[in-house]
Amino acid sequence: MVVAGRIKKGAYFDSVTLMNVARELSHMEGVADAAVVMGTNENRAILSAADLLTSEFESSSDTDLLIGVRAETDEIAEAALVAVDELLENVRGTVDDGEAFTPRSLDGALDVVPDANLALISVAGRYAGEVAARALDRGLHVMLFSDNVPLKTEVELKIRAHNQGLLVMGPDCGTAIINGVPLGFANAVNRGPIGIVAASGTGLQEVSTLVSNLGSGISQAIGTGGHDVKNAVGGVTFLDGLEALADDAETEVIVLVSKPPDAEVLDRIRKKVAGVKQPVVSIFLGTEPEGPNGCRTLAEAAFRAVAIVLGKEPEGVKGLLLGGDDREIGIVDRIVGERSSGQRYVRALMSGGTFASEAEIVFADLGLNDVHSNVPSGSAAKLDDPLRSVANTIVDLGSDEFTVGRPHPMIDYSLRVKRIADEANDPEVAVILLDVVLGYGSNLDPASELDEVVQDAVSKVAVVCSITGTDRDPQNRRAVCDALEAAGAIIADSNLSACRIAGLVARKLEVK
Amino acid sequence: MLVGDLFRQELKVVNIGLSSFKESLDEVGAQAVQVDWRPPMDVSDESRRIVGEHAKEIDAANAKVMDIILRGMPQRVGMARAIDVVPGMTSNMILHAGPPITWERMCGPMRGAVIGGLIYEGKATTPDEAEKLAASDEIEYAPCHEHSTVGPMAGIVMPSMPVFVLKNEEFGNSAYCTMNEGLGKVLRYGAFAPEVIEKLRWMDSVLYPVLDAAIADVGPIDLKNLMAQALHMGDEVHNRNRAATSLLYRAMAPAIVRSCSDDRQAVEVLEFINGNDHFFLNLSMPACKVTLDAARDVPGSSVVIAMTRNGTDFGIQLSGTGDEWFTGPVDVPDALFFPGYTKEDANPDIGDSSITETNGLGGFAIAASPAIVQFVGGTTSDAIQYTLEMYEIAAAENTVYQIPYLNFRGTPTGIDVVKVITKNILPFIDTGVAHREPGVGQVGAGVLSASAEPFTRAFEGLAARLAK
Repeated sequence: MVVAGRIKKGAYFDSVTLMNVARELSHMEGVADAAVVMGTNENRAILSAADLLTSEFESSSDTDLLIGVRAETDEIAEAALVAVDELLENVRGTVDDGEAFTPRSLDGALDVVPDANLALISVAGRYAGEVAARALDRGLHVMLFSDNVPLKTEVELKIRAHNQGLLVMGPDCGTAIINGVPLGFANAVNRGPIGIVAASGTGLQEVSTLVSNLGSGISQAIGTGGHDVKNAVGGVTFLDGLEALADDAETEVIVLVSKPPDAEVLDRIRKKVAGVKQPVVSIFLGTEPEGPNGCRTLAEAAFRAVAIVLGKEPEGVKGLLLGGDDREIGIVDRIVGERSSGQRYVRALMSGGTFASEAEIVFADLGLNDVHSNVPSGSAAKLDDPLRSVANTIVDLGSDEFTVGRPHPMIDYSLRVKRIADEANDPEVAVILLDVVLGYGSNLDPASELDEVVQDAVSKVAVVCSITGTDRDPQNRRAVCDALEAAGAIIADSNLSACRIAGLVARKLEVK
Repeated sequence: MLVGDLFRQELKVVNIGLSSFKESLDEVGAQAVQVDWRPPMDVSDESRRIVGEHAKEIDAANAKVMDIILRGMPQRVGMARAIDVVPGMTSNMILHAGPPITWERMCGPMRGAVIGGLIYEGKATTPDEAEKLAASDEIEYAPCHEHSTVGPMAGIVMPSMPVFVLKNEEFGNSAYCTMNEGLGKVLRYGAFAPEVIEKLRWMDSVLYPVLDAAIADVGPIDLKNLMAQALHMGDEVHNRNRAATSLLYRAMAPAIVRSCSDDRQAVEVLEFINGNDHFFLNLSMPACKVTLDAARDVPGSSVVIAMTRNGTDFGIQLSGTGDEWFTGPVDVPDALFFPGYTKEDANPDIGDSSITETNGLGGFAIAASPAIVQFVGGTTSDAIQYTLEMYEIAAAENTVYQIPYLNFRGTPTGIDVVKVITKNILPFIDTGVAHREPGVGQVGAGVLSASAEPFTRAFEGLAARLAK
């Protein structure tokens, strides 16, 4: 070991900078210890204690910079003494990147943006209630994406919000569009005269994208979360949302989307609707249509709303999209003609729960028999094993038994890809029905996820697919359509149309 | 805000949770701010429920506490020997930093300082003799904090030691602190070699009478005003006291010259202050203490009134929980070390100096002190982040202490234990590091987050009182 020293005259650095430089020197290969200090008596004592005081330093003054190094060889020590200059240069040259402050709480965020008006909350359910309560305290509207929020908490939050004139969308609210801004899993839709209140996230996405693709647009789309229309909650957000749209000058037609509300809640909705001046289109999936503008499917609701805006009949609006019944019948006949004997069932592998329900309704309306589902809501039989299809089967891959410990199937396609391959190998299967949901938050490249498995499947079965989204979505609906069509899939304009094509194929093969 | 109003405004979103939602909002050009949210610290559900139910009562109590703290007027009014002025001080008592501790559990530096203190006091002549006495029943140990006193590092106050006397002009209470010994081998870091004792004796026989006379000459000095100026000059008055010491020097020098008849002694004293950048630390600490003590015992308040370490335990007291200490183990600071030392040599954090953070200074005001930002990661933006984060757990913003860089925003003042728990943010402390063996001294300086356990215990302790 050698000890070497150097004096740098007239160089002032604060002690912390010097300690950093000394630390860098100590980390150099072959350097055992290093000190870089101003030459005060006190510092010379420190050097002495560390055995780094060399004869060079005897004549030093307070304003000299002293560099002491203990190293394995003279060369290393010399290199370290020289390296100090560069290190000091770098310290002085360091530029502050000035990264913006990330607040740690809602209150901290409101220090930064005092006029924020909505809190989008997606923290774990057991904490979400407290965070939402704080947002209401601070006068913010809330979109609560989190699920697993206790029902009691949901009721407390919603009553408080109602009394304050605020909205609590959710818990378990996946989608909303406020002032044209998509929140959560939403699509880039046109702005326009149609307002939506929805207790179903995918239902909201389907209606809003169809409206947009039909050339109209959305004023506001308010999500409520699925529990809202249950008696326990009483439809607080649903009713407040409806009232807000009724009072909104930009909203010319209102669409209500929900799975069947509880009777008392439905009663309140009816009463509220009676006092609304705009036309109200409603789709309470699985119930008989309500009033003159009641619908049985999501697409029908979208068509009807746009028709009212345009002053046309819904049938006339359908032509705005491709499709129409004639195209569907042509496709059905072709698929049926291409099947070999024994192929007769439909397998619907859905990522949207509402789309699974809609498939069940459409299949029932077509008179299809022997329908099974892991989430039956009407006439379908419950699957014993959600992993094993029976006859005509509808599987909601977004239900709990599939999503524990893995992302939602709109994000992670792996489970569905495997299931498509399995179903295609079943000699009894004629057609596979899929939904692809685009928009913010969903998988950014669904076409590449499905490409290979669809190409392989269409050599054995037909693949019919709806694509919920717009051309302005990050995935670009047109591009996804083209890619999947190239892979051999038949693309429908709506989930309704896809269900009808697939259901009709199975129905025709059933009676054949 | 009514829903209809929302439709007519620009949507401005606070996104709490999944950052991908914020990215989507950015993509469509919507105004959004992301919150780096974390689950609250682990406390019993029962205590969370009670605290939640008493939120209004706690807020009202905290408002009262913060009014007292912000109105505090710390002034240095004189000097005296501890035994003559410190309340409850007895001739066999030794005051120490941090929460209560026995000789058996004391860390090396604190034991070293006790040994040095006993030799200084003339109660022992050798370290061995001092150690025996220290371990015996003849000595009574008590926290400085329980006697209106604070001490840096080991914080040892012997009965005969001279102390500064501070008064809170607004509320009339007093606080005390010894004089700072400077750097190198010093008692507060547990050193007890003959030169350490010799320096203490010089401080007793020369520094004390000269300063005492000068203070009588110059009159009370408004420390709040002086510290506010020092913040504008790059101090945070915990780890950097260079500006404050200079300001004090300017205020004192003429008085020292005027009142000291021995020129040689006057020069010695002036040189001693001039040569010790931390001289003012022993005034910033009691200034914070005298400010905070006035706000003790406001029922229901969750504001921390004392936060301190003894090198073994980290302890806090709340205004709303009386004299009860909430303690837990203390960590070793993340530090830059002097030549020849590493983290292996470092003692866990020690000293009452975190009273500065408790009063909105020190680590809480680090954004005012760019010269020492390298302790906190190297860039001024790191320092600013730390101060901004401390606003999250502060009960108020200071009306006098300001951060120039933040457009003279008041420093985050008053640690609210409810915010600490619910936001899961621990107070940030900048600190000196003592060698773990007695007698060695300071080995570095750095930063650390307060220990978690005292805060969870204090939260539950407050809940228990509120439930009664």
